[in-house]
Amino acid sequence: MYAYDELDRTLLNERVAEFRDQVKRRLSGELTEDEFKMLRLQNGVYLQLHAYMFRVAIPYGTLSSKQLRRLAHIARKYDRGYGHFTTRQNIQYNWIKLAELPDALADLAEVGIHSMQTSGNNTRNVTSDQWAGVVPGEVEDPRIWSEILRQYTTLHPEFSFLPRKFKFAITASAHDRAAIKIHDIGLRLHRNAQGEVGFEVLVGGGLGRTPFIAKTINPFVHGRDLLSYVEAILRVYNRYGRRDNIYKARIKILVHELGSEKFAAEVDKEWRAMGETALTLDDGVIEEIRSRFTYPAYEKLPHMPEELKKAAADPLFERWRRNSVFTHKVQGYAIVTVSLKPVGAPPGDATAEQMDALADLADKYSFGEIRVGHEQNLALPHVPKRDLPALWKALDEIGLATPNVNLVSDIIACPGLDYCSLANARSIPIAQELTRRFANPDTAELIGRLHINISGCINACGHHHVGHIGILGVEKNGEEFYQITIGGRADENAELGMLIGPAVPFGEVADVIEDVVEAYLALRERPDELFVDTVKRLGVQPFKERVYATR
Amino acid sequence: MTSPLEQKIRITGPSIVTANRTADGAVIYRNRTNGWSTDLSHAAVVRNADDARALLAEAAADDVGAVGAYIAPVSVKDGETIKPGNLREHIRQRGVTIDLLPVSA
Repeated sequence: MYAYDELDRTLLNERVAEFRDQVKRRLSGELTEDEFKMLRLQNGVYLQLHAYMFRVAIPYGTLSSKQLRRLAHIARKYDRGYGHFTTRQNIQYNWIKLAELPDALADLAEVGIHSMQTSGNNTRNVTSDQWAGVVPGEVEDPRIWSEILRQYTTLHPEFSFLPRKFKFAITASAHDRAAIKIHDIGLRLHRNAQGEVGFEVLVGGGLGRTPFIAKTINPFVHGRDLLSYVEAILRVYNRYGRRDNIYKARIKILVHELGSEKFAAEVDKEWRAMGETALTLDDGVIEEIRSRFTYPAYEKLPHMPEELKKAAADPLFERWRRNSVFTHKVQGYAIVTVSLKPVGAPPGDATAEQMDALADLADKYSFGEIRVGHEQNLALPHVPKRDLPALWKALDEIGLATPNVNLVSDIIACPGLDYCSLANARSIPIAQELTRRFANPDTAELIGRLHINISGCINACGHHHVGHIGILGVEKNGEEFYQITIGGRADENAELGMLIGPAVPFGEVADVIEDVVEAYLALRERPDELFVDTVKRLGVQPFKERVYATR
Repeated sequence: MTSPLEQKIRITGPSIVTANRTADGAVIYRNRTNGWSTDLSHAAVVRNADDARALLAEAAADDVGAVGAYIAPVSVKDGETIKPGNLREHIRQRGVTIDLLPVSA
């Protein structure tokens, strides 16, 4: 966990007071909606179909049990008893009242949580690997650098009025769980030949109506130069990025139009002109941030405790362990992913009761810490293996032990037309139907790793372009239709999916997806050839032939 | 962005003016007595562009009470029962098409 200081607390309290005054003036009519809109967006407040939506940041996906309980409290006191975890390590509340928002913000500020820069044309919540600091083989905990970036970009005047929103993601592992290649700036922490820590810097990734995979513009930027290099990128973006057309304003368009080599040259020129600046991080500053991250006092525990051996006789436990438990860097401990994708439920939603109960379990089994992943699942990062059987039973009692992590029913979905004012079609009912179709865990295991992503419009909040199977809702003559893509992926080998054929109506989507999956099972070379690998080997055509042959 | 009042208004059938209530974001409809109602059946129905423009102008003038007023299609059955004219408005009127809470164990 990261310990905030007095400066952070003062900033949050001042922000709450400022927003309270702005809301008061809006409700009295002193501020018009035109004047107020940007102010509310800067505090994560959108207006959706039925109500205001309140988006709260969970920087680099790390929460304490106390903070999770407070998120539950917000759901219970100010909303309708649940929250929705998003694809960018945020939580959204869908039914909040404007008049009550300042109180909700004040309650969050008490535990160091805020909603600053969760919307608007500024640098957004810095995201990272939800297994940061606990996964084996990591170069270093990427949250140290995420926090440095968070502090540097928060309320930075030059980054508060960018041409468009701007998103960072950081990973420090060979396997990218932070989807850095679909971010405006993706940072991969690694060591150079001299053993120094630095970053591969990727720029210009993003989804939406014009999707791009980020390009590497510098294979190694030393850690001490991170902020100056990022500042150089943002200066180039601020100078050349288009402000005349919202659809061409993201940095990905600039990188594409200039070409990544020319863009890199512009950044390099700017960066060299800056020279040694106050932004150059000295070791003391990095160490200061590093020291504020505290880690559990791990015990020396056996690799295979008796409790785990005994529980292995229970096939239901074994299925969950096989699916949801992952290797920890410390012997005797495990990382547990908590699926928020029960059969028939909206992906990523959790009730206040589930959040409270999970906070209790985190206290009991995970040193009071919870993580949030961009896949819309949670994780307990430090679970002693001996406690896995007890934890599994406790999770099952609160509906959070569905053994479908990374399987076909572990669906990422945006809120879609049920909530969102931008959406053209519904996402959640499609996801719910698919989880019912693939509810049999044996079938899901047989299929293997398969990510389905659903977006209700071209803005792509459900990251459909990078789903192994992507589903995009569109509107045709007042009806909901869905385009299906296959072969996308969001990891270190990120790819954009390819369209397999004409859009299909709402009622046929689940049938089509079943056909795609059946085609894969027939086409794969061997049981461990993943869906995306089969698509890569064969292309779209064999899938298209099977799916559309009878349509 | 162009104000809704400056945009060319084209309506192809009965229409109403809807918005969200400023204080809580609730869905509201411009009614026949120059106010707002959360009940679609109280909405003022217009059938041509001039009437729609006038109703929208009146609604947009209430910046304190309502946010984002716009014209939406409806159908009118038997001369009185007003129903939403598309899925988006149906969802706004009836609420989400899913259960609100995640399923329990």
